[in-house]
Order: sequence, then structure tokens, then C-alpha cells
Amino acid sequence: MNTDYQIAVIGAGPAGMAAATTAAEAGARVLIVDEQPAPGGQIYRNIETADKAGETVLGADYAYGRKLTDALRASTAECVSGATVWQVSPEREIGLSVAGAARMITADAVIIATGAQERPFPLPGWALPGVMTAGAAQIALKAHGLTAADAVFVGTGPLLYLIAYQYLQAGVPVRAIIDTTPWHRYVTALPHLPGAMLNLGPLIKGLGYLRALRAAGVPFIRGASDLRIVGAEIAEAIRYEHSGHQHEITTPHVFLHQGVVPSVNLTRASGCDHRWDDAQRCWRVTTDDWGETSIDGIFAAGDGSHIGGALAAEHRGHLAALGALHRIGRLDAAVRNNRAAPVRHILAQAMYLRPFLDALYRPAKAHLVPTDDATVVCRCEEVTAGEIRDIARIGCAGPNQLKSFCRAGMGPCQGRLCALTVTEMLAELNGFSHEEIGDYRRRPPVKPLTVGELADLAGPGS
Amino acid sequence: MNADTIIIGGGMVGAALAFGLRGHGLNTLLLDEGDVAFRAARGNFGLVWVQSKGFDCPEYAAWTRRSADLWPGFAAEMTALTGVDLHHERPGGLHLCLSEDELTKRQSQMTRLHNHSGGQFRFEMLDRGALDGMVTGLGPDVVGGSYSPLDGHANPLYLLRALQAGYQARGGRKALDARVIDIKWRRGVYRLKTTQGDMQAPKLVIAAGLGTKPLAAMLGLDAPIDPLRGQILVTERVQPFLNLPLTLVRQTGEGSVLMGDSHEDVGFDDGTRWDVLAGIVDRARRIFPFLEAARIVRSWGALRPYSPDGLPIYDRAPEGDGAFVASVHSGVTLAAIHTGALAEAIAEGRLPDEVSVLKAGRFHVH
Amino acid sequence: MFTELDGMAPGEMVSFTFEGRTVAAKAGMTVAAALLAAGVTATRETPVTGAARGAYCLMGVCFECLMVINGVPNQQACMIPVQNGMQIARQRGAAEIGP
Repeated sequence: MNTDYQIAVIGAGPAGMAAATTAAEAGARVLIVDEQPAPGGQIYRNIETADKAGETVLGADYAYGRKLTDALRASTAECVSGATVWQVSPEREIGLSVAGAARMITADAVIIATGAQERPFPLPGWALPGVMTAGAAQIALKAHGLTAADAVFVGTGPLLYLIAYQYLQAGVPVRAIIDTTPWHRYVTALPHLPGAMLNLGPLIKGLGYLRALRAAGVPFIRGASDLRIVGAEIAEAIRYEHSGHQHEITTPHVFLHQGVVPSVNLTRASGCDHRWDDAQRCWRVTTDDWGETSIDGIFAAGDGSHIGGALAAEHRGHLAALGALHRIGRLDAAVRNNRAAPVRHILAQAMYLRPFLDALYRPAKAHLVPTDDATVVCRCEEVTAGEIRDIARIGCAGPNQLKSFCRAGMGPCQGRLCALTVTEMLAELNGFSHEEIGDYRRRPPVKPLTVGELADLAGPGS
Repeated sequence: MNADTIIIGGGMVGAALAFGLRGHGLNTLLLDEGDVAFRAARGNFGLVWVQSKGFDCPEYAAWTRRSADLWPGFAAEMTALTGVDLHHERPGGLHLCLSEDELTKRQSQMTRLHNHSGGQFRFEMLDRGALDGMVTGLGPDVVGGSYSPLDGHANPLYLLRALQAGYQARGGRKALDARVIDIKWRRGVYRLKTTQGDMQAPKLVIAAGLGTKPLAAMLGLDAPIDPLRGQILVTERVQPFLNLPLTLVRQTGEGSVLMGDSHEDVGFDDGTRWDVLAGIVDRARRIFPFLEAARIVRSWGALRPYSPDGLPIYDRAPEGDGAFVASVHSGVTLAAIHTGALAEAIAEGRLPDEVSVLKAGRFHVH
Repeated sequence: MFTELDGMAPGEMVSFTFEGRTVAAKAGMTVAAALLAAGVTATRETPVTGAARGAYCLMGVCFECLMVINGVPNQQACMIPVQNGMQIARQRGAAEIGP
């Protein structure tokens, strides 16, 4: 069979870059594609053009990414940037759009490394202009050197404290951090602390960020409840309850964060099996030890298959490449296993901290299942929590039935910002587990392409 | 007994019949499968269509026409009862032809339909000039088409939502995630084994779409209903430009544009193929060249429950006297008459005379 | 208001128009970022209720930053680098694509 490439890698973050480099170095014909103008993914965004000043603000962990981009550029992998993948069929036909023109590419193996996205944070007022994710604050800083005045960071999880710390490093005042980590998480996370001790580095670093933020006098608000963002046309303030009183912080810039979850649109649209991971409170594509999904020849690597951070992602990418090389007959099993051993060791080390972080920063129930009926759940189609509850009452078997009744999930984002909330809500309303409730069906194109682009692919006599 | 009548299947046909039967005072229980059952009801294009139906079966053509005529009143009734707007409109519908050959063939089909209906089926063949008066932006390849004032469109998803809500408003009971594993008739009662436990009733309606064939077989009826895939795409919302439905392109009430379709025998595969989709949008682009700028946001394969001649099956099972089987692929068009005349007949223990030619026995040529 | 960090290396500047207003930005910035730096947070009005929305994720996931760029509707402003002479407008409701 004449395929265009032996291994196609989708996504040029740490997992994708490591996968493509490993596969290319083994002599395979490799393509790596990414939507952004240059490799790096989100975590190492703009790393190739970052200057020393940028690296100082963003830290050594960010600067590390240069190693991966350099190695990728030095390899024989063909690197296409500004490319949007809108489908991967089970037969590994990849639909790709570059500069407004679509084409189909075939590969013997595909490694999907499309990374993670922020977990939705459905608070009243979260759809007001000016409310963004902590990740967006990071991108504004990394890619464009931009910071917001009067920034209020709201939520839970390491990335929240990281961006606030980076603001501090950049000399930009942080208006407040509203930490939504429920108190009892400190108790429930304790059993996982011994495991975390095996990888103290990141833990110590994190504690260092918190200490620095406190020392700088950044207001740290814990135990706030009934959070809501208010404003007429754009965000103007965030209100909350604390110690029996109503409080308000005036700001046009609120950054929300309650963890990251795998981006599943492409793996789902390709037909891969997924399962609910309750520890990480998200859907994950089911893979074997090499990252191979339930579909032969389709692999998943990085945060897109299992949240673990940049270093874990890089090593999963490496393993997926080894798995794919063996799958296409370029690497025999024994060599593959030998090469994988040290990689698995580092991956395991990188993951020791994970159960502790997952337990400690598990979002509060009220932030997973909005209590206020007026809160928008599907932002694209403006479907509120109240409407979803109404429909569940007429007897909705699951998210797809719900979607067909009220359009939640039918907008351009294709469920990226509402699917998890809908599953959480239906699980609670129907009394079933998340696995039983299920997820929205995802379909190609996972990102839009024009009628003209697709029509141009039609053969004669269609 | 769990009910007077158990209806198996909560899709377009089952929900319509359940709603209608409740309206006749029957104590009903509707069994619906899980979220990812094949659900032809969710794949539907949304046409309330007359002009392409029953070329070789005047009875089916007449049944379809009757339902289309009942639709406006039916839609109003559903909205009044449930508050759900079905987005039904009946501006007439167009079937466009992209060659003289297609146009000639279409004309003869339309004429035959007209003649067999004793003049009840009304249509006009339109040339390009006449079409431009009704629809703007047509591409140069469009040579003409057939127009029937009897055609219209509606939102199939909101129709199902309204039927389900209406059924509930009428006090109908439902069991979710209830897949029927076995049916036996014994001593005047149908005994069902389901994933939600055992159930029984003296009367049964099997309207389970693609699940109908194996269920009907349990009661001795061979109802050959198999999947026929049609692929559909939908665009982002676009400013309104088209208020008439076309067979291949339709703009919804939200502004999104639906494009279809195909007829593929691929078993239970509800996926899509890029080459088939490309062919569909290529034809849509020939019809409306300006659509090339619209962004496609989703595609799907809809599995039609299809009989060998494409016509409905309305029949009763030989086991016992009270099990009815209903399967159609035009569940939207026929929804009005299903909640009306069909439900009424089934409530009285019979099938309407008008559809006596649509029994499953027609496929068994002796 | 989003502002640039002190001590950033100067870069080539481009200028584009946003709803009649001329805006300058560093080459390489995305349209969404350039508008944030110019104090513009609302990028569109929703097709359902006309509510004002702005960029949420800045990475192509949320589809809130949809804008009309050089006449082409529903473009993700966070994915498109600014260019000289670009014409940018808020996406108000459904895409204007018609005969």
C-alpha cells in the first residue's frame, strides 16, 4: 500500500515533537502537523522566538522546550505548521487544511498528540468578555508578552499559581487570587502524599510559588463561595460570599482555572474507545502501554491521552513512536522494549506526583454542576443549566439525546466547553455514573472547513 | 400488567404512536433504549415531503399527502401542549435538476404521481427562469426542477422533543435504558424480558426502528428492515437566504444549512466517508455556488430503517392478536398521521384500510 | 487593559483597521491578542441572543473570538496573525454568506 507517510504525528507539543523526532531518527518517513505557526504546543508556545527576558519570566521549565524544537528541526521529520486537522478516519486517512485548501493524507500509523484544554468553569457570568482562562493569561504572556492589569485569578490547581507567580516575576501586580480548593481536599489528598514524595522537585517548586506570592502581599482568598462575575456588557467585577458577607473585587480581567483535561474531539471522532477517569475527573482515550488506541495503528500520546504535564507528555510521545515503529514493522519488539525501559522509568517518576495533585485540586462540586439555573453551560448555543435540568426531567437517556433536544453541544466548539458539564449534570440528575451517562458523540470535521475546500476534494462523477 | 399497551421504541414512530395512544386514554408504557441506540430520529434531514414519495405505490403517496396536510394543525397542537416550536413551514419544496436528462426523468415521475393520485398530487415543472423567481443564488448548472406546494420542512429534533414532552404531559409513562431482549406471547399476554426487568401487557407496538426486525421475528413476523445509510453535513449559521426546502439542501430555522444525502448499504456503520461527503457538498456547491464560503461544522451518517421497496411496514404479528409493527424511514413526514389515524386504529385493535398494501407479506412472493 | 511587558525587544509593527479605527500591533501577534492590547475585549455578538462575547481560551478551543477578517466571517482571531492593512470587524450574529 502506498501511503504518503509512514508515521503522521498530529500536534507539535512536547509529545508530538518527541514522537516525530524519535520516529524520524529511526529512519521512518514522518510528517508532523500543528495548527500554530511554529512547534511548541501550548506549554512551549513561541519558544523558538522567545528571548532571554521572556525565558527569565517564564522560567527554566519553559526554556527546556528549546531542546525539543531544536531536535525536531534537526531531524528529517517534515514539519507543517498552520495546518488544521479536521479528521482522522479509522483507516488513517487524515483530512488536513492549510491556507484554506484541504487535502487528504494517508499514513501507516498516526500519533494523535493534540494535548489538553482547560476544564470548563461554569460560573455565573463566565461568558462575559474579559473573563478568560489561566491558560489564556499564559498564552498572552508567552506568545505576546502581554499582561493584564488588576488580574484576579480564580480557581484551583498548579497552573493557577504558576501564572500568578510569573506575573510576579514580570513585576506585574496581581489584584487577588481566589483559591477555590475545598478545605477537605487537604485531608483526602494526604494518602497520596507519600507517592508524591518520590518526585519532590515540582512540589517544592509549587510551594515556592505560593510562598513568593504570599510574601509579595498578593491577596489570597480561601473559602469563598457563591462566586459570580458581573458586568453590563463586559466583566466589571467578581463577587463572592465569605464569612457571612458579600464581597466584590472590581476588575475587567478574571482568569479562571480548575485543571486541564484531555482534548478528546479528534480521538472520539476517529472512533477510539474512551473511558471515564474518576481520579482526573475526565474522559481519556483507552490505550495500551505504547499509547495505541482501540483502533489499530492509531496512537495517542501526551496530555491528550493522560494528563501528566510536559515531561510526562514528552516521554509518552517517545513511547508512542517506539510503539508505532514496531507496529509498522520498522522496529522489532525486543529492541523496542529495550529502548522503552529508560523512558518508562522517567515517565513513572514524572507521574508520581499526579495522584496527589489530582486529589488535592479536584474541583468543588458546585463548580462542576452549576447550581444557579441562569448559568450558561453551552456557551455557543447559550443553553443554561436550568434548561438542561428541564430537559433531563422529560427523560433524557444521555448527552446525545439532550443535545438533540436543546442544541447544547451543536455549536462551533463541538462540545469542548460544555460536554464535561453536561455529563456531570446528567450523572447527578439521573443518579448514574459518568461512565454510564457517556459523552457527546464527536464527528468530523473536528474543526470547521469550508464547503469549497471539501467540494474540491470530490472526484469526477461524484 | 405493566400497561394496556407497551410501545417499544421512543424514536419518531414510537413516540408519535405513544403520544397518540395516550390521547385515546390507553394506559401506556414507552420503552426507550440508551443514549447511543441507532436513533434514526436524530439523523433526519427534516423534510415534510410529498413529491418524492410513492412513485410506484399510490396508497403510500396518498397516506403521505394526508399526513403533510395534517402537519400544520399537528405542529400547532404540539406547540400549544409543550411550548416547543417545531419550526414547521410549508412553502412548498423544490427538487432541482442539474441536467436536461435529470429534468426529463423528473417530469415523468411527477406526472405519473399526479395521474395515480387522481389529480390530488399537485406540482409544477419549473424552468431556470421560473426558479430564479423563487430562489436566489442558483448556480449555472441548475437547469430546472419540480416544485410542489404540498412540501415543507420542520425541525426533526424538536419534533421528537415535543412528542416526548407531549407524551409525558398526557401522563404517559416511560422506561429509559430499557432494551427488549425477548418477547413471548402466552395466554393472552405479551411477556417481555428487558434490561430493566420483566414486563407484560395485552397489547404491544413494536416501533423500534432498526431494532424492529429481530423483535418482530420473536412473534413470528418477518419484517425485513435493514439500515440504509445517508450522510449529511451541516454548516455554521448563515444569514437567511433560502426559505424553501430542497431535497439536497435546506436552511434550518437557526440559519445552519443542511446538505445531504447518500444511499449506502454499509450495515450498521453510522460513520462518514470523506469522499462521499465531498460528493454531496460538490453538488450543493453546484446548486448554490456562494455556499462554498460556508464552514462545515459537523457530518454524520443517518441509518434509515429501510424495507426492500423503501415503503413503510404496518402489520401485526401472527403471535397473539395484539402486537402491531410500524416501521418507516419518513418518520417526520408521517408523524402527523401517526399521532392521528394510525394511533386511533391501533387503539381500536386494527390497522387503517388505507395502508393494507403495506403489510410485510408483500415481500414474500410465493 | 492588557499591556506589553517592560523590556520586551522591539519588533516590526503592522497596522490594521478595526471597525473604522486604526490599530498598531507587533507583527506576529494574533488578531485577538492585538485587540486585547488595544483595549478591545468583545469580539462578537452571539447568533442566538446577540450577547457580547470575547476571547476565552486564546488557543482555538472555545470559538468565542470569532470575527470577520478581510470580509471572511467566523474566523478564530486567536489563530490568525495580524497583517498590514487587515480589516477586522466583530462577528455580529450569523455569517454573512449569501447569494
